[in-house]
Amino acid sequence: MTNSIKEIEGMEVIFIIGSNTKETHPVIANRMIKAYRKGAKIIVVDPRKVPMTRFAELFLNLQPGTDVALLNGIAHVILKEKLYDKQFIDEKTEGFGEWEKSVEDFTPEYVEKITGVSKENLIKAARLYGNSRKAGILYTMGITQHTCGTDNVNAVANLALLTGNIGRESTGINSLRGQNNVQGASDAGCLPNVYPGYQRVDIPEIKERFEKEWGVSLSEKAGLKSTEMIPAALKGNLKALYIMGENPVITDPNMHHTIKALKSLDFLIVQDIFMTETAELANVVLPAACFAEKDGTFSNTERKVQRVRKAVNPPGEARDDLFIITGLSKRLGYPMNYNSPEDVLEEFGKMWPALGGITYSRIERNGIQWPCPTKDHPGTEFLYKGGFPRGKVHFTPTQYMPPAEITDSEYPFILTTGRNLFQYHAGSMTRRVKPIETHAGEPYVEISPADSERLNIKDGDMVKVMSRRGKIEIKAKITPRVSKGVAFIPMHYREAAANVLTNDAALDRHVKTPEYKVCSIRIEK
Amino acid sequence: MLKVTIDGKTIEVPAGTTVLDAAKMLDIPIPTLCHHPKLTPFGGCRLCIVEIKGIPRPVTSCTTPVSDNMEVTTSTPQIEDLRKTVLELILSDHPNDCMVCEKAGDCTLQELAYFYGIRENRFAGERRIYTKKDGNPFLERDMEKCILCGRCVKVCDEVQGVGAIDFTYRGFKSKICPPYEKDLDCEFCGQCVAVCPTGALTGKQWAHKGRQKDIKEIDTICPYCGTGCNITLHVSRNEVIRVTSKEDTWNEGWLCVKGRFGYKFINSPDRLKKPLIKKNGKFEEASWDEALDYIATRLNEIKAKHGADAIGGLSSARCTNEENYLFQKLIRAAIGTNNIDHCARL
Repeated sequence: MTNSIKEIEGMEVIFIIGSNTKETHPVIANRMIKAYRKGAKIIVVDPRKVPMTRFAELFLNLQPGTDVALLNGIAHVILKEKLYDKQFIDEKTEGFGEWEKSVEDFTPEYVEKITGVSKENLIKAARLYGNSRKAGILYTMGITQHTCGTDNVNAVANLALLTGNIGRESTGINSLRGQNNVQGASDAGCLPNVYPGYQRVDIPEIKERFEKEWGVSLSEKAGLKSTEMIPAALKGNLKALYIMGENPVITDPNMHHTIKALKSLDFLIVQDIFMTETAELANVVLPAACFAEKDGTFSNTERKVQRVRKAVNPPGEARDDLFIITGLSKRLGYPMNYNSPEDVLEEFGKMWPALGGITYSRIERNGIQWPCPTKDHPGTEFLYKGGFPRGKVHFTPTQYMPPAEITDSEYPFILTTGRNLFQYHAGSMTRRVKPIETHAGEPYVEISPADSERLNIKDGDMVKVMSRRGKIEIKAKITPRVSKGVAFIPMHYREAAANVLTNDAALDRHVKTPEYKVCSIRIEK
Repeated sequence: MLKVTIDGKTIEVPAGTTVLDAAKMLDIPIPTLCHHPKLTPFGGCRLCIVEIKGIPRPVTSCTTPVSDNMEVTTSTPQIEDLRKTVLELILSDHPNDCMVCEKAGDCTLQELAYFYGIRENRFAGERRIYTKKDGNPFLERDMEKCILCGRCVKVCDEVQGVGAIDFTYRGFKSKICPPYEKDLDCEFCGQCVAVCPTGALTGKQWAHKGRQKDIKEIDTICPYCGTGCNITLHVSRNEVIRVTSKEDTWNEGWLCVKGRFGYKFINSPDRLKKPLIKKNGKFEEASWDEALDYIATRLNEIKAKHGADAIGGLSSARCTNEENYLFQKLIRAAIGTNNIDHCARL
């Protein structure tokens, strides 16, 4: 997020795209409701009639995978009606002229044909967003989990640049992180091309700095992304995999393919708190401590580093990951010496100045948002106050590209996947919580009333759902939340796993994120 | 700014400030039951009444805005008498089962009864009797303990935007319930539980796990989505028995169903308790030394035969910053490859 969560309260226009905020980030949705009570106008763009639409001034019900067209269409109208911020564009951006040409074709009529959103609503949305100088965009995986995910994000950024809606309080671009510490894991350099703090592994000066600090020579070759490791395992190029606290069998696209790949490894280590579907395939399983059993920090979606504290002892011989990692490192001939997790954060802050000013004593009561370079720096509530780090920001032209798999007579439905309110991700935690399981323990596929009539499927019927990759049996839930031709399956349930169906061959070409949000399926009674 | 004098102390406050808030700024306590700082004022319980110079009758301080040069008295024998009567009236229709109530020790009503020394009740008479019909697995609603303060109704509407419950009927028959008096079917965020001043609303999982004695409270961060709500774990005998959130945190004490009620996985009997090594297709328990030695040997073998790039690591967005930092350091420095990623894409 470029803004803080509490700044949502001050937004005049809240543009929510590809985020079911009320169910996946409920407490952030509370801030949106607070803003709504103060008079903020909410625009929801989603292929499903998600709960936030109850508070929306405008609901743009687009076809899955057509976000670029819609966003370019909005930009087109803002340009045509001269609602843009000329001064901001001149002073802080570059590439405007070229980009302007790239959205010329995205007339409301053309966009209506692609997205299914009426031109009247598109124009209304453009006027709402374009007329505000305190508008915030919030998005989640509905934007990123597409073959055109990077283009989607660029198209979002272009809108903010066009209207100058960034770099001030209560206006910016905000991606809502889906997991407690996805921000922190990225910051810490658990990415194949960068060290901690997004410092590239292929820049010699950076590599040398880390080599000096760590006392060892490092590889300058960028590594494999998670979605590349699975095929590499199948090909036999990846022989061993060490998985700490993830369950790719459930969370990766095309489950059968993932299982096959993990089975073809010579050696699989899984460190987790439960015997997950992935752990069952491992050669060694290490029992880890959960969040309540260790000290450390998490960084939330607004870049706030907050203190995690040990409340109970881990069960049996389970140990925190620090014990396990340092124990293994020593045996691999590379001893790491830390007395406490705080020592680790200190080293992290030394290698990445944005964290340099954060110590446990400073975040005893309240977290601090990075960048926080010095011990007396208060942290940064919103980014780009004093301009952009690279000087001027570039408008990146984006062209509409249909999803990798489009519907045909054999697979006529679009499947989109995601979370529901009660369960969480692969379900290894929430599915062990009895009240949650009692209330929301059953997998389902959302089908529109129109389709249910056509296929003669009633609410509660068991149906077969199949894609080119697999087949599941699942209960039908007839709901106007989805439109005709679109179906939704939550990802949490291993007994009818949505990821049996999803498309592992369709990845974003830049960052290799799978297209979980669009694949073609058939539904049969 | 407006000048107001409360119990002889003077303060300047911005227009719109209520007498109750002004008193709070001066650290002058006024008892309340229906008031909640994050919700709109209601003026329902009548406990916060004060005397204001020039106004003949006592007024509720939570709904009265300060006017310039106002003079307020928060406590007189007559006011205290009125407050006691109000409490007695509320208690006359309240089951006196503090001995077994989940909320005992943390109950505003119990606390006020204690301060006003109410034991016998001169208004004893007919009581409202409810049949419990909660099938939902999250919230226990003991409506005989409900004092109709309306905080739950307000929080559900104003903060959560759901409106699952409201007042129904009039007078003595008044009650708070979902439409058609059905069972609750809502988001189960438990915001209503958090603001309930009595034992009317509690978490079903909390029952008989311990009240206040010997409970440790530890502040930490919710383990679910990326919002990072601040939570407090209530711990008794090495078990997390309750999750709450404090009002003065950035998330203002609000949580969702997962954060508030999704904690039982911590003490799940399914937890992994021993390192396991697969031998002949079956997992066998091992010591930490055995497991780590075995891993180191196998990784060294694979590295020697196929090179470091034949090894990869998947870290976790579920783990701490410190663990993630060390994990990538292990993969990069101890193993020697950049094959390290986590689930940000998934």
